[in-house]
Amino acid sequence: MSGSKGRYTTVSIPVTLYERIKRLIEGTGFTSVSSFVTYVLREVVAQYEAEKGGEVFGEEERRAIIERLRKLGYL
Amino acid sequence: MVSRPHGGRLVRRVATGARAERLAAEAREMHVIELPLDLAADAENIARGVYSPLEGFLVQEDYLHVLDDMRLADDTPWTIPIVLPVSPEELAGVGEGDEVALSYGGEPFAVMRVEEVYGWDKREYALKVYGTRDVRHPGVAKLEQMGELLIGGRLELFKPLPHPFSRYALWPEETRVLFEEKGWRTIAGFQTRNVPHRGHEYVQKAALTFVDGLLIHPLVGWKKPGDYRDEVIVAAYEALIDNYFPRDSIVFAVLRMAMRYAGPREAVHHAIVRKNFGCTHFIVGRDHAGVGNFYGPYDAWEIFREFPDLGVIPLFIREAFYCEKCGGFVNEKICPHSEEYRVRVSGTRLREMIRRGEAPPPELMRPEVARVVLSFENPFT
Repeated sequence: MSGSKGRYTTVSIPVTLYERIKRLIEGTGFTSVSSFVTYVLREVVAQYEAEKGGEVFGEEERRAIIERLRKLGYL
Repeated sequence: MVSRPHGGRLVRRVATGARAERLAAEAREMHVIELPLDLAADAENIARGVYSPLEGFLVQEDYLHVLDDMRLADDTPWTIPIVLPVSPEELAGVGEGDEVALSYGGEPFAVMRVEEVYGWDKREYALKVYGTRDVRHPGVAKLEQMGELLIGGRLELFKPLPHPFSRYALWPEETRVLFEEKGWRTIAGFQTRNVPHRGHEYVQKAALTFVDGLLIHPLVGWKKPGDYRDEVIVAAYEALIDNYFPRDSIVFAVLRMAMRYAGPREAVHHAIVRKNFGCTHFIVGRDHAGVGNFYGPYDAWEIFREFPDLGVIPLFIREAFYCEKCGGFVNEKICPHSEEYRVRVSGTRLREMIRRGEAPPPELMRPEVARVVLSFENPFT
């Protein structure tokens, strides 16, 4: 049986912000301020991570891949 | 720009040259675990980055996080546990820290370091992944035949598995370069396990209207009895693409990966996998990866709300139907006519017609596709 023990930690935010979020999420699908903050943080973190750029292939490696794609008729 | 690989880095654990030869030689001295095709394919998919950021079969911490939170232990979204079940007999004498050879068809193809051996509760797995313990669900039924232990650990491929569709077997590094060479910045992925009917074509073309390119990416590999055979799906798509798609806007390739029929969870998994192939968008269909009545028709759309950090944009395209008044394929949102004018495409009905050797009407399936499907003596598994 698995559980969620040890999977959460506490982060402090201003009480005023907490109250503002609490009002904001009334009537939405969010069940708590924590779930809203988690959602927003994941979205923001993903955006920062995405800015780090994608995969870079070495020139030789890239040439070999292009050659295979040509042989298969994709290029 | 093609999408960033899931987790930030495309995994490539494929040995070549002298290293591959050395691993092959070492594997001959190792304990060998023989895998069925779907697990062997999972191993190759790990090594080739299809399942990035996974570098091996899940260890227990990741496994439990995936079951409970639909995320890996480092918080990366991940919904389907990629695990290697074995029986205690298969593992005889092997302990944590040992290296084993993974083999398919009697031929070792990868080396795996056994980082962990752990038990699993199949009933919990069934309930959390499939949402049911009903053995009529093909995924649940398949669980029953699996080993009682899971082994987790990184692996390295030294010999590619034989592929029945090598002409169409592209890996993430290849599609990524291909999309870049084509100059595509936005790419929609389309997952399928069926031959194409007009509803599929409508959805694909609706997506293609808004992106630079479309990856049509059927699964080949294990499917439940009664599904279309792989060679039928490939031949049917060849007929559709030759006759009805602009070749410079689409890429057709196959992915060898077992269907799980895990509905919403599998829809997210399919999206993550296509992100690794470079897709920026992913088409989520009605009852995506569903089976029978185990999932609601739009459950798979709902689950995506839980992943603001998925890194691939889901395209929710409504179910299409043929409207006799409109004179073409439309959907609920754009057709004002009543049900009496609407011809809905039912996969079950199409399969029944094909079983009887009847060609479906052209408003349901392109004649060129129907001819190809009917040319097979038995198109079903």
